[in-house]
Order: sequence, then C-alpha cells, then structure tokens
Amino acid sequence: MNRLKLILILILAGVLLAGCVIKPTEVQTTAQPIVPAVQPTKAPETVTLNGAGATFPYPLISKWSSEYNKMKPNVQINYQSVGSGAGIKQITARTVDFGASDAPLTEQEYANISSILQIPESIGAVVVAYNLPGVQSGVKLSGDVIADIFMGKITKWNDPRIVSLNPDIQFPEKEIIVAHRSDGSGTTFVFTDYLSAASPDWKSKVGKGKSVNWPAGLGGKGNEGVSGLLSQNPYAIGYIELAYAKLQNISYAYVRNKAGKFIEPTLESTASAAAGAVPTLPAGDASWSQVSIVDAPGDNSYPIGSFTYFLVYKDQIDQAKGKILAEFLWWAVHDGQKYSTDLLYVPLPAEVISLNEKTIKLMNYNGQPLIQDK
Amino acid sequence: MDSSKFSFSRIGRSKLSGDLIFEVVVGFFALGIIVLAFLLFRELFVGSSLSRDTFGTGFLATSTWDPVNEVFGALPFIFGTLVSSFLALIIAVPFSIGIAVYLSELAPEKLKYPLSFTIELLAAVPSVIIGLWGIFILAPFIRDYLAPPLSTYLGFLPLFQGPMYGLSMLTGGVILAIMIIPITSSISREVIMTVPTHQREAALALGATGWETTRIAVLPYARSGIFGAVILGFGRAIGETMAVTMVIGNSPRISESLFSPSYTMASVIANEFVEATSNLYISSLVEIGLLLLLISVIINIIARVLVWRLLKVEGGGRV
Repeated sequence: MNRLKLILILILAGVLLAGCVIKPTEVQTTAQPIVPAVQPTKAPETVTLNGAGATFPYPLISKWSSEYNKMKPNVQINYQSVGSGAGIKQITARTVDFGASDAPLTEQEYANISSILQIPESIGAVVVAYNLPGVQSGVKLSGDVIADIFMGKITKWNDPRIVSLNPDIQFPEKEIIVAHRSDGSGTTFVFTDYLSAASPDWKSKVGKGKSVNWPAGLGGKGNEGVSGLLSQNPYAIGYIELAYAKLQNISYAYVRNKAGKFIEPTLESTASAAAGAVPTLPAGDASWSQVSIVDAPGDNSYPIGSFTYFLVYKDQIDQAKGKILAEFLWWAVHDGQKYSTDLLYVPLPAEVISLNEKTIKLMNYNGQPLIQDK
Repeated sequence: MDSSKFSFSRIGRSKLSGDLIFEVVVGFFALGIIVLAFLLFRELFVGSSLSRDTFGTGFLATSTWDPVNEVFGALPFIFGTLVSSFLALIIAVPFSIGIAVYLSELAPEKLKYPLSFTIELLAAVPSVIIGLWGIFILAPFIRDYLAPPLSTYLGFLPLFQGPMYGLSMLTGGVILAIMIIPITSSISREVIMTVPTHQREAALALGATGWETTRIAVLPYARSGIFGAVILGFGRAIGETMAVTMVIGNSPRISESLFSPSYTMASVIANEFVEATSNLYISSLVEIGLLLLLISVIINIIARVLVWRLLKVEGGGRV
C-alpha cells in the first residue's frame, strides 16, 4: 500500500520534472497566443483570430476588432502589440493567424517565410518635433539639414543652414539637443529610411533600421520617452508619430518634399505621398523590401511616412478560419478605413485598396480561393 | 531525482506517510530551481553561440553597436552598467549604513517600526513608477540644481564637464541609489542587530560614548556583513532595468563625464530585443544577457560568502 503510494509519487514527480525540463527549451517566444482550449458550444461557433505585431497600428486594430465583433459576434480578434519583430517571428512560427509590421519584410525575412502576403493596412507619418520657446509648428527644414542635425553636424539653432530656410524666424544661439528613440521601433525605421533617402552621408554612415547607431543625442523609450525629452529640454529636437504629436500638442516642422515644397504633416499630405508611390508597388505576394513612400513624388506629398502591414499566409491551412481571416482583411481595408481618421491614421488611397483586393484574393485553401469577387 | 532517493533511504520503509509525500514534493520544488537556473544558463549560452563565434572576445572590447551593419560590441554597456552601479553604491552606502545604525542603535522603539517599514516600502515601488518620477522630477532637478554647482566647483574634474541635459549617467546612478537603499539598509540593520550585546556593553563599560561604541564595537564586528549587504545592493543595481533605462539617456558611448548619457546592459536588452530580427543581432543581445548573468552571479556569490562568514563567526561567539 505505502509502497504503491511512493511509486505513484515518484511517477508524478518524474512527469512534472520532465515537463519542466522540456518546456523552457521549447518556448522561444515569450508571448504565446491565447487560444481558448474550451470553446463555447453554442452555435454559431466562435472563431478567434490571433494576431501579433507592431505597436503603432494597435489602437486602429483594436478598434477594428471591436467593430467587427459587433457586426459578426462569432468572430473574435485578439491582437497583441508585441512589436513588429516579435510579430514577424510569431507569424513565421505560425503561432498567430496574422502578423503586423511597420516595415516591409527584409529580403532575408521574406525568404524565410514561404508564401507570405504583405497587405498595407494603414499609413503612418513621422514628424520632426521640437521645443523652441516662442516658436510654434512650422519651422521649415529640408532632409539634408535634418540629417545633419541628427548626425551632430549642425549643433546650433542659429546655424546658417537653418536660418536660410526660415528667414522670418529669429533663432536663438542655443545648442540643439537631439532626442531619438532608444527602443527598436518602426518609427525609427521610417525616419532613418527618410534620412537615408535625403542624405547620402546618412545612408553611408548610419543607414536605416529599427535601431541604428545614433551618432548624436539622447535616447528616450517610446514616443512618450522622446516627447518627454522634448517637453523637458528647451531647444530639443526629435521625431515622433504624427498622431502622438497632434494629441500631445507638440510643435513640428514642415519638411521639404521632392517637389521642393515645404509640407505640413497631415493625414492628407501623407495619403498623397502614399498615392504617389503606388505605381512602384509590387504584387502582394512578391518581396516588398524595397517599398518605401519616403520622399515620394507629388506637390503635396509629405516625405516622412510609411505603410504599416498585415502579414498573412497565402496558403491557409484551415479552410473555415482562413475564410474568416480573408473576410476580416477585406473589411479592414475597405469599410474599416473609415475609422482611421478619428484615430489619426491615414486612410489608404483607392489605388492601394485595389491592390489589396488582388492580394487578398490570392489567399487560398488547397488552391481554392477563400474569397470570391465582391 | 537525487533528493527523492535520499529522502527514501533516510526515512525508511516503516515511516512511509504524509511526511514522505511532503519531503518529495518540497524537495522537488527545490530541485526545480536548480534545474531552471541551469536551463537558463544553457539557453543563454546556446543562444549566444552565433555572436560568440562571430565576434569572439572582441565582443567585450568593441564599442561599436551598429544594428544596421551588424557590428556589435558590448563595451559601452558593460561600462555603463558598472559605472552607474558603482555610482549608486557611492551614494547609497553612507545613507544605508546611517539608516541601519540609527534603526538598530539609536532610534526610539516607537520610531523603529514605522521607519523600517517605510524604507522597505520603498523597495515595493514598481520600478517603472520610479522611472517616471525620475524623468519628470529627478532629471530636471539634477539638471537645474545639482549639475550647475557641481560643474562650478568641481568642473576641473573630467567627471563634471560638458553639457547636462537631465538624462545622464549621474541621474541613472541617483535613481539606482534610491532603489538599492532599501535592500542595503535593511540587511545592514539585520547584520548590526546580530552584533552581540556584550560587545556594546564592554565598550560602554570602558566609558565609550554612543558614537564610539558604534564605531569601535559594533561596526567593526558587523563589517563583513555590511560589506555583503552592499554587494547585494550592487547586484540589484546591475540588474535593474526599467527605471534606469528611462533616465540614463540610452547612448552607447563611453564618456568620462557623469553628465553624458550612457547605456546599461539590461537597458539595451529591454530596448532592442523586441524589434531585433536578424539572428546575429538577437544572438548579440543574448550574449549581453549571458554576461549580465555571469556578473550578477559572481557578485552574489561574493556577497553570500561574506554574509555567511560573518554569521558563522557570530554564531560561534554566542554559544
């Protein structure tokens, strides 16, 4: 009797121990999707779509999630804003149904995932924000000047190159304090993408990426970290998302575009940049690594912006779920766009929506398209 | 597994009962921690292999951190971690020992409890809260009120030169000091309280004043334990992430000046891991994690040995 007990305990201990030993080595990604093990048995069956990725589109995706759930109560969309990098890792490992990224997949990432589709879902703009006592939004800056400020080559506000762009503003002879993001971020990617396009010097010495080797300045964590630096340090300059700058009432610069005009960052001027870039966009299942809407052509195009993308598999492995996913994506790029403006996201231009239609129609289960012509 | 065999043989067959279940379960938990620690180490070691193969020992000596061109070196982060933690110690140790001596030797009974409770409460403040306070209150305070006199009177030292923007090595050190005071002071207090009363009585009998008693009889006796407490605080400072990330400026450059921004090992992992996608990049961050773990383990071992030595001496004295 007692011996039996002992054996049982040992077996139990062994099983637990084995569990302990195996689990930590398996678990690579910290954030596992929450898949309800027991689904409610009422009809129609609830389907949960899990997504993970960029933090930038999180407010928009969660709005979509709640609106879509009102329309179709049996569809639940969970989105974890764990960062673009983690989103790419999770979709690669197929632990989520869709990923989201602020930057297109690099050649290497694209090569690692078979049959991935990249679907622009919204557009974000990055503003060059500053804290200049007595000066409101509207300081005019050009790409090469911004690049040299962030490289630490232009160190004073009354530098002749800044003054010559803004003859009507009286600049103080003060040191410029450069603030940048310290955490890896899509915002940094967009901003450095722009600086690389605008300044050959930046391109060769620093380059573009979600984190770069900043030649100058202080790093703040998140948009709030950078805006904290700006609000606390007079004469500071930094870059933040357009929505964040508008909501926090932070002054920002008008930036010279390809056509030589100084453009205020707005939803319209960013949309115009996206529309200008449409002719160069690839098919949804091709590599988008070269896609960029920075420094886009067009008189009214604001030059620092980027698409933010959904990442989904072209070949879905679950027919029912794949169909629901395709329908959701279709809705998000059409009707869903009307929620963008209120949340200070840039709605997709018609040209991008029609490209997305083609892309979503590529989604299939065993060769059968999941969504028919609408 | 060893522990279960051990308990089986010790208890013997006649006493198989709830006690045995208890021992097996508890022993299993204890063993689990060792297994977990080993797996953690192994995971970091394996995860950093790409970086170790690519950069070798140069990783420790290179100060470039360039994710775009995939050139990684940990030196600025090691520097930032060690310097900010040392700075925290320099600030925190006098405070902690003062608090400990006051609480154990001088404070009236009525004050003892609320005071030590408050200090320990400080340890319970989430570090992100301390970080926010650091950004909005401490950093501007240091920039406006602490840095100017430092650069005026001590500006001849390279430590206090250059412009000060609030976020700096100095601010990071002060934040860390605030965060380690609870642990160093409460362990120091415990250690001082283990000093046998006859030590104090002997000093007092010789005509020593309160200050002299503390200086001659109490502190020397508790010295190595206090040192252990300090090292534990150091260990805490090294691993602290959130608050220090928010105030240190996150700039991977090595500068002599405490007014310059810096970067710590824990901060770079917290900042960059989520968005790191290339294998070499991730591997380099993991290697920084491995280095951080090694440094913390070594420091904690030193601290434990010191505290343990003291307790042994003290125990022997009392019997």
